[in-house]
Amino acid sequence: MSSLACRGPVRRGPEVARHLLLLVLALVFLLPFYVVVRNALATPAELASASWVWWPAHPSLDNLRRLFADQNVRFARSLLNSAVVSVLQTVLTVAISAMAGYGLARVPSRASRLVLGLTVLTLMVPTTVTFVPTFVMVSSLGWISSLRGLVVPVLFSAFATFLFRQFFAGFPLELEEAAAIDGAGRWRTFTRVVLPNAWGICSAVGVITFLNAWNSFLWPLLIGQDPAYRTVQVALSAYTSSQRVDVAQVFMGSAVAILPVLVVFVVLQRQLVQGVERSGID
Amino acid sequence: MAVAAPTPGLAPPGRADRPRSAVRRRSDRLWFWVFVGPFVAGLLVFVYVPVLWSVYLSFFDARNTVTPTRFVGLGNYAYLLGSRPFLVSMATFVGFAVLIVPTTFALSLGLALLVARARFAQAFFRSAFFLPTACSYVVAALVWRLSIFNGARFGLVNSALRAVGLEPVGWLSGEHYLYWVVLVTLRLWLQAGFYMVLFLAGLQRIPTDTYEAAALDGATGWRVVRWITLPQLRATSVAVLLLLTVGAFQAFDEFYNTLVQVGTYPPYARPPLVYLYLVSLGQGTQDLGVGSAGTVILTIVVALLGLGQLRALRGRKDDA
Repeated sequence: MSSLACRGPVRRGPEVARHLLLLVLALVFLLPFYVVVRNALATPAELASASWVWWPAHPSLDNLRRLFADQNVRFARSLLNSAVVSVLQTVLTVAISAMAGYGLARVPSRASRLVLGLTVLTLMVPTTVTFVPTFVMVSSLGWISSLRGLVVPVLFSAFATFLFRQFFAGFPLELEEAAAIDGAGRWRTFTRVVLPNAWGICSAVGVITFLNAWNSFLWPLLIGQDPAYRTVQVALSAYTSSQRVDVAQVFMGSAVAILPVLVVFVVLQRQLVQGVERSGID
Repeated sequence: MAVAAPTPGLAPPGRADRPRSAVRRRSDRLWFWVFVGPFVAGLLVFVYVPVLWSVYLSFFDARNTVTPTRFVGLGNYAYLLGSRPFLVSMATFVGFAVLIVPTTFALSLGLALLVARARFAQAFFRSAFFLPTACSYVVAALVWRLSIFNGARFGLVNSALRAVGLEPVGWLSGEHYLYWVVLVTLRLWLQAGFYMVLFLAGLQRIPTDTYEAAALDGATGWRVVRWITLPQLRATSVAVLLLLTVGAFQAFDEFYNTLVQVGTYPPYARPPLVYLYLVSLGQGTQDLGVGSAGTVILTIVVALLGLGQLRALRGRKDDA
């Protein structure tokens, strides 16, 4: 990327100015994360003090203890819900979309044009826009306030299927032909030959799905009407707009809610970047 | 769109004798549905059937019921298109898009250009700008509402205003449209890094010799960006504009979490999805007839947005 810089002798002034600007911008972008940590470690009095307290006098994890002890919030339960929903959604979405993408790219069928058309159409009309009909359907199935209501309706991603279809369409045929000559059937070829060579795209789709699932709000808000089925985002939201808010406790909850995605982000950033790059479909 | 699939006729000659390919074709039909079936079934049950059902519901008086009996024709559509709150929600989307699309576009492109030319700590800067993508709108709304733009004296921005001798401001009280500052900066912070990554990928696809040729011609600095970089980024730019606009249309999380108070949503700042949520599933009665008609209208609008952008993209390909 350094090829973008001016060639020849480096002019010091603009170079330094550019890095200073980057540094200031980076600090601004990181500021909200600092605010979460500061608020999580502060006492309620410090948060309401007349002037901004840059760092708590005695940072403590007391808010964490009070948060998990609070029977009205049921934070541990909501964390568990989020974990189960996100993991299930990630694993099943990757499986369903990888299979569908492979079928569309490789198994000849008269229906494949139609299915691809439906997929692209769904890609154009995001499912958030059609939340009312999907909610009506799910509620007439009796799935409100249930785990399957949180997970099943969001498993069928046109975006992921389309990505897999594009990837498998460009996958070298030779490998599959060799497997066919060895007598492997369609399923064996898919699981033993194709999938092991598709690790990159599987992890890219998986990371994006996990982050979206963990951070998702509108659908869990509609489904988690019983507090026992709140995800962590819905629990934080409900707590904030309730009568009595302990701000320090809310931010400790936010810090805990950010932690898993932060870990995923740091460990799998390369896969995430690849996923994002592919998502600018053109 | 043609499907790149190994049809029996294209198989190497030795293996594609007639009777075998007929058997193969029949088993392919089966295998196609084994692979694609779960996805198609889910799409039909949770997207297509509900949407068609919704089109049906939209012609009925469907308050608190999903099996209505009173046919009202285009009544729900007429009601929506003549109702001020619905029209205001569409105007709210347009206003939000006008504010958020150009600012995100400019910021993410600017960040990408800066990061691409950074000689030191390039990976750190890229991560710092990309990190907010991992944060949820719910948590961001908490930070924006309770700390940064808190209307009390101790809010971060209000503290800064007081430090330079200005009065604290009630950011979310609904006066003077100041809540737009809160909503726009929030989304800007959360999504700019995502689009920066798209622009960085676009920048990497520009061949190096284009820059070398420009350097030989004596082009430097802004002129290179204006006449070389931006035109080469045209495909990425169109994709980014499309994603930004459709994203703004779907705004719900940050509006809801920044503004809702003890179960009630203020009368202002209601973009289409918030309006639809409040009218069809929110407080009091559930009016699924109006909610369905609203869904149909929004679906048409979002499809038109997508088609418009695709046409713009195709126009570009014809130029080339």
